[in-house]
Amino acid sequence: MANVELTVNGRNVSGNVEDRTLLVHFLRNELGLTGTHVGCDTSQCGACVVHVDGKAVKSCTMLAAQASGSTVMTIEGLAPEGGLHPVQEAFRENHGLQCGFCTPGMIMSAVDLIERHGGALDEQTVRAELEGNICRCTGYHNIVKSILAASKKMSKTKGRRKAA
Amino acid sequence: MGVEGIGARLARKEDKRFITGSGRYVDDMVVPGMKHAAFVRSQHAHAAIRKINIKPALAMPGVIDVLLGKQLKADGIGNLICGWMVHSKDGSPMNMGAWSPLATDTVRYVGDAVAIVVAETASQARDAAEAVEVTYKEKKAVTTVTDALKKSAPQIHPEAPGNLIYDWEIGDQSAADAAIANAAHVTTMQIDNNRLVPNAMEPRAALGHYDKAEDHYTCWTTSQNPHVARLVMSAFYNVAPENKLRVIAPDVGGGFGSKIFIYPEEIVCLWASKRTNVPVKWVADRTESFLTDAHGRDHVSTAQMAFDKDNKMIGFKVDTIANLGAYMSLFSSSVPTYLYATLLSGQYKIPAIHCNVRTVYTNTAPVDAYRGAGRPEACYLVERMVETAARELGMSPAELRRINFVNEFPYQTPVIMAYDAGDFNASLDAAMAESKYDGFERRRKTAAKKGKLRGIGMSCYIEACGIAPSAAVGSLGAGVGLWESAEVRVNAVGTVEVLTGSHSHGQGHETTFAQLVCDRFGVPADSVSIVHGDTDKVQMGMGTYGSRSGAVGMSAIVKALDKVESKAKKIAAHLLEADEGDIVIENGECKVAGTDKSVPWFQLALSAYTAHNLPEGMEPGLKEGAFYDPTNFTFPAGCYICEVEIDPETGTTEIVQFVAADDFGKIINPMIVEGQVHGGIAQGIGQALLEGCAYDPGNGQLITASYMDYAMPRAHDLPSFKVSTTETVCPSNPLGIKGCGEAGAIGSPPALINAITDAIGNNDLSMPASPQRVWAAINAAD
Repeated sequence: MANVELTVNGRNVSGNVEDRTLLVHFLRNELGLTGTHVGCDTSQCGACVVHVDGKAVKSCTMLAAQASGSTVMTIEGLAPEGGLHPVQEAFRENHGLQCGFCTPGMIMSAVDLIERHGGALDEQTVRAELEGNICRCTGYHNIVKSILAASKKMSKTKGRRKAA
Repeated sequence: MGVEGIGARLARKEDKRFITGSGRYVDDMVVPGMKHAAFVRSQHAHAAIRKINIKPALAMPGVIDVLLGKQLKADGIGNLICGWMVHSKDGSPMNMGAWSPLATDTVRYVGDAVAIVVAETASQARDAAEAVEVTYKEKKAVTTVTDALKKSAPQIHPEAPGNLIYDWEIGDQSAADAAIANAAHVTTMQIDNNRLVPNAMEPRAALGHYDKAEDHYTCWTTSQNPHVARLVMSAFYNVAPENKLRVIAPDVGGGFGSKIFIYPEEIVCLWASKRTNVPVKWVADRTESFLTDAHGRDHVSTAQMAFDKDNKMIGFKVDTIANLGAYMSLFSSSVPTYLYATLLSGQYKIPAIHCNVRTVYTNTAPVDAYRGAGRPEACYLVERMVETAARELGMSPAELRRINFVNEFPYQTPVIMAYDAGDFNASLDAAMAESKYDGFERRRKTAAKKGKLRGIGMSCYIEACGIAPSAAVGSLGAGVGLWESAEVRVNAVGTVEVLTGSHSHGQGHETTFAQLVCDRFGVPADSVSIVHGDTDKVQMGMGTYGSRSGAVGMSAIVKALDKVESKAKKIAAHLLEADEGDIVIENGECKVAGTDKSVPWFQLALSAYTAHNLPEGMEPGLKEGAFYDPTNFTFPAGCYICEVEIDPETGTTEIVQFVAADDFGKIINPMIVEGQVHGGIAQGIGQALLEGCAYDPGNGQLITASYMDYAMPRAHDLPSFKVSTTETVCPSNPLGIKGCGEAGAIGSPPALINAITDAIGNNDLSMPASPQRVWAAINAAD
């Protein structure tokens, strides 16, 4: 058994889990954070993407024990109190989701992608870097549109903040 | 249209929970005392079960019980069935083999369930499943239709001699033969339709809970049609009577057909819950999904299309063999027959059509409906033939199609369907204009200068949706009626609940259905809730598949709204002392037309429930239900044009343009409709370019059993799509809707393969057109 202590969505949590427990199962089963999904067994689909110490990580590729001491953010922790993150907003406005199963992972990957590239995102980059997230419903058309829209909005906000 | 009514691009009401991680899927459900299940599955494609030793598994940590098929049988649980009776052309009924939810004596495909292990945790259940010792005697396995029909093939079910399930035909064989004999030109092709795995992103799951005190079962399941699941589990599998069985399909992460069917796992979880006296949850892993979800397509066909001296189609003859896998899944028999061969007339006037279909058992996963179900197979056949004929005849593919289009409606095809409305020239024109078709040859030359092979291909599809008139499908062998139900409940405060038998698993019903209510009463979308997916809340329904929720499900809602409106008007007329015929309901008010007299909607609703002042003899309340049974299928149609560039050095195809012009009749929410088209096209491109389910023909092992091996379309495999619509109103339902859910998957594969074969100058290419296949075809053509 492994003792794990970490910060999840700003809250300190701990647990005593089987050594083989994956981070995704710890989040879902121990913490009840069921927004992070499991869509495959081979780390291909990306439905389980969360942020670990600020980086997008497939939480099915990491043991809970490995994440001990880290700061984790899941889809449940993304939106500011009472509002939505610009990427969440953009997915809704641009119909970037249908069944919603891949959506949490898709959004967490998109946030990471936008943050890494700043405002310099184009369609080709978005499509190339979404390689690790599979969606079966949307044909990616509106997901790409959502990410580009959010990227534009976020870079403007950032610009305004800098100017201020 | 109001801002939220019919025609509005209303953002989806359901999205908030999905984008914040608050969706509730079956795997998210937790019931007190819940335990976890894993299935012991056959690793052989075909074997006799000699012995099962569960002792080592029972000794594993956390194990509660290990249960076998013979116990299930002893408890009276029935075999799985196919619910659509198809007769062979000699009049004999289809040869359906027995399918026990847990195999007892023979396993027939890799993944066939043999036992269920219930344990404290999912990991413990999996560990223990591996400890169950099953002794098999391996038999010869067969995976392809052609091999399965050979004399030397192993016999899979005793009920189906020679592995033949049925030998069925439609149309007039002698007329088709005569047309071919008298033709000025005959195009002949052998066309395979590749086997696919649906791959909804949420794996299948089931949570069975038996309540001993109430002798009552609850099943949470990943279903597109929970009411059908309850009906079948109750009436045929003997799990429990309907009043003792509640089926809930909560948020479901995609279906694409694969979640229509009732699978062994939900039956076994319910039964195991009673046996073990704990709630039992099973969630498939992805490999299990690949192994056991019903697959799609898998046809082998030969076809001849006959033309007269004016290049008019005069006959079409098709011979198809379809693979139904190891067992007949719930609707499997109808897919390669009534959902396939009835669409072989395409958009064309073809006076003589004949199609013969043989279906066979193989040692592979069951095959059933997958997005489009039979119609993609028909469309691929027709549109590959027409494009090929145009090349052989030296005619423009657009022109050959145009001179053969059906242009008068209604049009009775020789294969059952009566097309009710359409304008095939309009969608062809729209797609050609959007794709700048006329400038293609210039683009081809420019590409050639870069060393690229550029090609263009089109596909003019038609499909049949709005499934389906109950009496008609009943006469064709369906075991159920395919109507839909709805109930509209206006609460005392004027908010509205719509209960529907349709099920949303990505289609956005919570939004689109609410738009009908907004449109009718002028109430805000926020005050309308859609209730679905729970047999305790909605009495009965037939679920969502075959693009039926718009044409059939929403028509039922319209009927119920009509009744509510009628009663509301009577109450308003009484309150306002006006004539019922003068009452209009708009913007949340009931008004007397042409006056300033009105009563707010919420007040009218309250009056219906206080019942202090209702018209003489009127019952209190404002709630009405309706069943809607369609009078015809609906016929969405359109034209897709695809343009590709191919690198002759690598065989890699890049889709440089994809244009879709669809006629879906009236559209409620264009944003959602476009999303459906995008997703359908992506699945069609997946079939044409990437996806192919492969079994090892020697031993029946599934080679493509994970995302490492099965090529799912990723974002970088696809372009952005140019989609638009033309409109002819569907005359058979009150909203004029045709349906849009499957069109993309139906129309796109032939457009893409026509484009690639145009680019490389070799028509001999099968799906998926992988770089290796395209490269080989380029070099074979040299």
